[in-house]
Amino acid sequence: MNSIRALIIDDSSVMRKIVERSLRQAGIELTQVFEAGNGAEALGVLKENQVDLILCDINMPVMDGLEFIKQLPGVANAKDVPVVMITTEGSETHVVQALSCGARGYIRKPFTPEQVREQVMPVLGGKP
Amino acid sequence: MKSMNELLAADSSHKEWVPLMELATREVFEMMLGCKLAAQPEIAVDGSFDITGMVGLAGQMCGVLTVRCTAKSAVLMASKMLGTEPAAGSQDVLDALGEICNMVAGNFKNKVAGMGDGCMLSVPTVITGNDYSLHSLADSGALEVNLLFESMPIAITLQIHS
Repeated sequence: MNSIRALIIDDSSVMRKIVERSLRQAGIELTQVFEAGNGAEALGVLKENQVDLILCDINMPVMDGLEFIKQLPGVANAKDVPVVMITTEGSETHVVQALSCGARGYIRKPFTPEQVREQVMPVLGGKP
Repeated sequence: MKSMNELLAADSSHKEWVPLMELATREVFEMMLGCKLAAQPEIAVDGSFDITGMVGLAGQMCGVLTVRCTAKSAVLMASKMLGTEPAAGSQDVLDALGEICNMVAGNFKNKVAGMGDGCMLSVPTVITGNDYSLHSLADSGALEVNLLFESMPIAITLQIHS
């Protein structure tokens, strides 16, 4: 798998750094990493930049993760980019809700790099 | 069949949740900080903690979950999460403790049957200093777990409103 450009969306800057590190520890090569503190910021990033993968929290101020993925098809160069949710909201209902909104994977916090790999590799066309 | 609220009312002490709190905390530290917590033989004195992370719970379980530790512990936690050493009292340290508290609360509620969907978490809040009193609307006794993080005490407390 070639190296990828990722967008990490979380209102915690510490969590954004942990997600980036976990991707690298999972063996995913990153050429560029964009960050956003909420869904609205992320939509702005995507209007200016092309990415291959989006990792997104659910509970965030301004625009939450579910609203973000609902609005994603309206961004021309991002509508087919896979989104994996990373959140503390781990119930089945939340998982079903996220997947029905268009998410391709779901990672519960806390997580290990192996769990990140299991969810991210298939959506990038690789083996988990 | 009893509703969740009836079950909550039936045993307002919820002592059976203490092992779940401990497991939820241990998992967060092992998975996100890469370190194992040790059992603490003695309960730490409240005044020894000078930083507190708080997350509110609302819905079928209402209350407040706090993670208290020393400023030195908080810096070390942030350091383990980030891979770099942040300055004491910096935004990264506060953010890291808030996230730990958030993950402990989320992991805990997901372990209590029926709470995953029925309980929501607030955005975390972090208080620095120890000259304060916390008055929640909790009407049952607090559940507390005391553990050692790198030989330093941490306390996880859940105050529940029935």
